[in-house]
Amino acid sequence: MFYREAGQFKTSYKADQALFPILQDRIGIAAILLIAFVAIPLFASDFFLTSIMIPFLVFALAAIGLNVLTGYCGQLSLGTGAFMGVGAYAAYKLTTAFPDANVIVMVLLSGVFSAAIGAVFGLPSLRIKGLYLAVTTLAAQFFLEWCFIRIPWLYNDNASGAIEVPRREMFGFIVTGAEALPITRYFVVLCITAGIAYLMANVLRGRIGRSWMMIRDMDIAAELMGVRPLQTKLMAFAVSSYICGVAGAMMVFFWLNAAEPSSYSIRLSFQILFMVILGGLGSLGGAFMGAAFIWILPVLLKFVPGMLGMDIAAETVEHATFMIVGALIIFFLIVEPHGFARLWQIAKQKLRVWPFPY
Amino acid sequence: MLYDIFIDPFVQMYDMPDFFLQVLWEGFVAGILYALIALGFVLIFKASGVFNFAQGIMVVFAGLTLVGLHENGVPAYLALILTIGVMGVLAYGVERVVMRPLVNQPEIILLMATIGLTYFLVGFGEFVFGGEPKQMITQELGLPTGSTAFEIGDRGLIILQHIDIAAAVIAVIMVTALGLFFNKTRIGRALRAVADDHQAALSVGISLNQIWAIVWFAAGLVALATGIMWGARSDVSFALEIVAFKALPVLILGGFTSIPGAIVGGLIIGFGEKIGELYWGGLVGGGVESWLAYIIALVFLLFRPQGLFGERIIERI
Repeated sequence: MFYREAGQFKTSYKADQALFPILQDRIGIAAILLIAFVAIPLFASDFFLTSIMIPFLVFALAAIGLNVLTGYCGQLSLGTGAFMGVGAYAAYKLTTAFPDANVIVMVLLSGVFSAAIGAVFGLPSLRIKGLYLAVTTLAAQFFLEWCFIRIPWLYNDNASGAIEVPRREMFGFIVTGAEALPITRYFVVLCITAGIAYLMANVLRGRIGRSWMMIRDMDIAAELMGVRPLQTKLMAFAVSSYICGVAGAMMVFFWLNAAEPSSYSIRLSFQILFMVILGGLGSLGGAFMGAAFIWILPVLLKFVPGMLGMDIAAETVEHATFMIVGALIIFFLIVEPHGFARLWQIAKQKLRVWPFPY
Repeated sequence: MLYDIFIDPFVQMYDMPDFFLQVLWEGFVAGILYALIALGFVLIFKASGVFNFAQGIMVVFAGLTLVGLHENGVPAYLALILTIGVMGVLAYGVERVVMRPLVNQPEIILLMATIGLTYFLVGFGEFVFGGEPKQMITQELGLPTGSTAFEIGDRGLIILQHIDIAAAVIAVIMVTALGLFFNKTRIGRALRAVADDHQAALSVGISLNQIWAIVWFAAGLVALATGIMWGARSDVSFALEIVAFKALPVLILGGFTSIPGAIVGGLIIGFGEKIGELYWGGLVGGGVESWLAYIIALVFLLFRPQGLFGERIIERI
């Protein structure tokens, strides 16, 4: 009824191959973009922007990055946090080495470094699969974390051992640093995330994305059919690490303003992995939904006791949040192991046949 | 530089054998503890194919429960028995609430479920017992606390903590007991059958649910022993959770399904890590302990993807 593609005829190859071939999808996407680009900047408070929207978009981008690797290419990785860290440190080194260059270009460029490092740590994937590979990516996680602590060159020999984002301007706006307005940061983060998401949506349905999916579904069969495992897997590692690196750089440049090695610990890797799994493996929309769930839910939970008029210590709330999130994760895994993306598909089917059950 | 890497450490080892032996002993003890954590992983992986990330937090949780009960005035031995009871309840709960609905899901989903369980237990543990590190009740449990110094000829002495010796003895007893349990008892045979093939086991009348509850309980007992031993060496705190990740390279070395593999892998990692840290770590600024184990496992995997004692991986189309 509400979501019916009947009667929408495509008269050209181009229309048939469009990213959103169905009218309702186009309207939906346009509405989301309108909300994101117009409504939220107009009406949202600074608090909403800095503590909900910006981190949400950053995490969504990181989840897209991991989704490329785990969801589309089938290589389980627990080193996402470290790859994000590489991006952050690379962006910091770049922008302090070239203070006059455009900071956004530097952020986008920093992903190249994490892509290179990701490809190196992806090499074992040619021989090792599944959970064994997960452990080798843990090697990347702990080794890179150690590098962030022990190599003073990476943080320009700071006494604090942390990286602090310097103030950078672009077209007369302060983009990074403590004085940057939340709204400016929000627009930058939104543009980068939306741009990369759009790019990936096209890459994933093209030749490269299809060969990743072949490797995921059965690597030996893919190899027999002419997909070269070395190039394909390494490309997946590189692309995934690039996106994660950019997300990591955005995390410190546009959200935290300063980062320590512990910001990129294994907890972050798990968090991103949860976003991917709960959102749905192999789904870009799922990455956004997963990021929203994992990031926004704990933030909201913190306000629940206050709203109900209960006086509970902040510590207790935090512990309870941990418990509730853990329980909800298990709950959602049991209810729908294929994630929110599958729930959305079921919802679409219901809308299609409404008011009939099927 | 080359001298520092290839010759100097060995010269040091020869010159100061007492220090070298001490390092070996430290490596041995650390290895035993890694092996104990890995043992918990192996038990569950063998029987259900679930890679139980929550084993680390189960160790912390068991330790905290024991200490917490004792702090509230329960005598040590009664607290121990009660903790065993708590681990039993936990095992049953996990089987009933988490594992049973997730039967036959891909391994990554099960893995994520155990990480969700980790979050839950972290929150629950901090909620009930608070976040501060606690002192393990070593003496109250009748574990030795002193240390003995041994002289090696005339070239120095090494110091052995009694608690470490106790840890080694308990680990040996536990592995033997588990081996006997797996090979000689009715339930043990059922466990092995389940590990071999879920459907075949079901078809000859073995209850999967019951077996899984038993396995999680056994893993809980191993976690309790590990918690006591590790707590006696340092504190019982949530930092242990990170240490538990060290059990993963141990598993890789030993193979996911082998109990002797867990022990041997634990010892290799323990020795390698301590020797690497103390003799070579200084060259790169120290602290290599945090990742050396993973790199050892990584290099090892490149040559033997199924681990030391793992089953051969056969790929079919």
